[in-house]
Amino acid sequence: MSPRNPLPVVPDAPIDLAPDLREHDVDPERRAFLRTAAAGAALASLAGCGGLTMEEFFRRHFKELTPGQVKRVLARVEASNKERFGRDTKVTAEGPMEGVEFGYGLDLSRCIGCRRCVYACVKENNQSREYPQIQWIRVLEMDKEGGVDVSHAEQYYEPATVPRPGKFYFPVQCQQCRNPPCVKACPTQATWKEKDGIVVVDYDWCIGCRCCMAACPYGARHFNLAEPTLPAAELNPRQHYLGNRPRPKGVVEKCTFCIQRSRNGRYPACVEACPVGARKFGNLLDPQSEIRQVMETKRVFVFKEELATHPQFYYFYAT
Amino acid sequence: MTGILQFLKGCGRQIKTGNRAYFAWLAALSVAIVIGVIAYVHQAQVGLIATNIRDQVSWAFYIGNFTFLVGVAAAAVLLVIPAYVYHWGPLKEVVLLGELLAISALAMCLLFIMVDMGRPDRLLHMFPLIGTPNWPRSLLAWDALVLNLYLILNVVVVVYILFQSYAGKETNKKILLPLVLISIPVSISTHTVTAFLYNGMAARPYWNASILAPRFLASAFCSGPAVMIILFQILRKTTRIPIKDEAIWKLAELMAYAMFINLFLLGAELFKEFYSQTQELRYTQYFWFGLGKHRALVPYAWSSLLASVAAFFIFLVPKLRQNWVTLNLGCLLIWSGVYIEKGLGLVIPGMTPDTLGEIYEYRPTLVEWSIALGIFGVGFLVFTILVKISVPILAGTFKTSGATPASH
Repeated sequence: MSPRNPLPVVPDAPIDLAPDLREHDVDPERRAFLRTAAAGAALASLAGCGGLTMEEFFRRHFKELTPGQVKRVLARVEASNKERFGRDTKVTAEGPMEGVEFGYGLDLSRCIGCRRCVYACVKENNQSREYPQIQWIRVLEMDKEGGVDVSHAEQYYEPATVPRPGKFYFPVQCQQCRNPPCVKACPTQATWKEKDGIVVVDYDWCIGCRCCMAACPYGARHFNLAEPTLPAAELNPRQHYLGNRPRPKGVVEKCTFCIQRSRNGRYPACVEACPVGARKFGNLLDPQSEIRQVMETKRVFVFKEELATHPQFYYFYAT
Repeated sequence: MTGILQFLKGCGRQIKTGNRAYFAWLAALSVAIVIGVIAYVHQAQVGLIATNIRDQVSWAFYIGNFTFLVGVAAAAVLLVIPAYVYHWGPLKEVVLLGELLAISALAMCLLFIMVDMGRPDRLLHMFPLIGTPNWPRSLLAWDALVLNLYLILNVVVVVYILFQSYAGKETNKKILLPLVLISIPVSISTHTVTAFLYNGMAARPYWNASILAPRFLASAFCSGPAVMIILFQILRKTTRIPIKDEAIWKLAELMAYAMFINLFLLGAELFKEFYSQTQELRYTQYFWFGLGKHRALVPYAWSSLLASVAAFFIFLVPKLRQNWVTLNLGCLLIWSGVYIEKGLGLVIPGMTPDTLGEIYEYRPTLVEWSIALGIFGVGFLVFTILVKISVPILAGTFKTSGATPASH
């Protein structure tokens, strides 16, 4: 746990996540995208005068779009999905929920290194299958003797059965830092931290300079070196604009705690897929949440705490 | 208006006249550019997968070249200080040549950034007003700012000097000197900000050392003047611009001091890494000795060091730096030493092993080499044309009225 950022204060009305399985319907009016309403309106009138392609070219930053413009952007993404994959998709831009800040816990004593989380993530989040192969979760195999130390980590272990004797497994994905070096490095503000703690990327704003990748201490950011290879039959049609919608060539992507799921009260795909229950997820602002229970009863630590990135992703040993 | 038209026509005449060597040079550059364009079209079609850039080593050859050339651009103008202090003959000429080199190097810098971008079509997102530059937090946003400022400043100075000479007027020192004096801190800041781009990344211990920016400047003071020395010799032979031997020797002497500082700082870095032997030694170790069977950069590391040390001694000993053969050899050595050090030697070990300990051995692909060749072709072409136009203007053979084309 980072010393400078203690757990946030619990709000008056904490929101219970688990049973709340709301519909995916978009309600752009509800979004709090307009941080600067006046400026946004002025820019909207500017951006409004032009065709679709002109609008795309002269589009404003996502956070400056009016709800109406967001609707049009989402429709455009759906149309482009249809063109690319020949399938109907539902693309939303669900905003962060009030009083929710996501936290993730990973029980290192349970993880067996089976990589089911990796594959569930690839499927859920429409990652490029191969050439380039993109996987948001990397599972590191380390020697029990050496402890958590990447200098003896192996990502490409392929034994017949896991876990191997003498080894333990250390999965790494975006740590959703409170002090994200990637956000600082981005020259165009194409990546930012949302109120619920998720660090997102606007794939339509990213210029592909890869400063964020150089800045990330966790190897959590991945680059679309080529047009992603994603079979139409395997496309997950339930998509979030800032999350699992199919990416174009030349942009950076990363784990979003399955924003399309978590903002609707569902667990991220990796949490559901884990066969040993090593993955915990919940609202840090809710004292009853699973993640807070973990923090209360176990001792947690964060990866590379010396860099003061203050992750919202905690590791612990349950036994 | 007709004046400008006449000027442009005159420029055209200057470019079109020249001896065989000049046209052979232009032809060679054109071939390089065509190769680069073909390679880039391929890369634009398939994506950066045409390179050996991967998630593990996400910046590579292009960014290395960019870094080296920022140094060349910065150092060219720093020449102005000794040129002014030591009265190396006509300040105007020396300043102008430095600025022309800076403009060409900056053109190459910007091209290397462009070819490295995944989405060059969205470049506007970085611009103020049209886009959303992450200023002042992002170092790349800063870098874009200072590089463009420096480019504008150089263009202004060059246009001013050339326009005055073309019109047959004297340059006003009260205008020229402040512009030149401003460009000195701006040139230092371009290189410093580029160093900070790497330096600020806590995730990469190899770059996250405070010694990085001073080393950048020291090595830039070597690579920039190396070009100028060779250039001065060529121009002395082909034009009437008087550049004294002493000026060139003085430059070589200054390079020896700069190289000494550069080597000293390198030594300080190596001592810290190898004596304290922390986890962070792995990056330095990868560059100099390799990690296990991964030794791709080891030959480059040592040849760079060897070239730099040899050049240091050549420039240190007066007899050697005053001998044209050894002097030019020294320039070549220093150029190649710094090219490796500030190119692949800076970028690749910073990312090998990657942040999760994986070792991916990067080597540039043919596409990367070709694109780099093309960009250097563009840079040299820009420089050649600028010099071809500027020299007769300075020499007074290309003037406002009744200009006669000067061929050399």
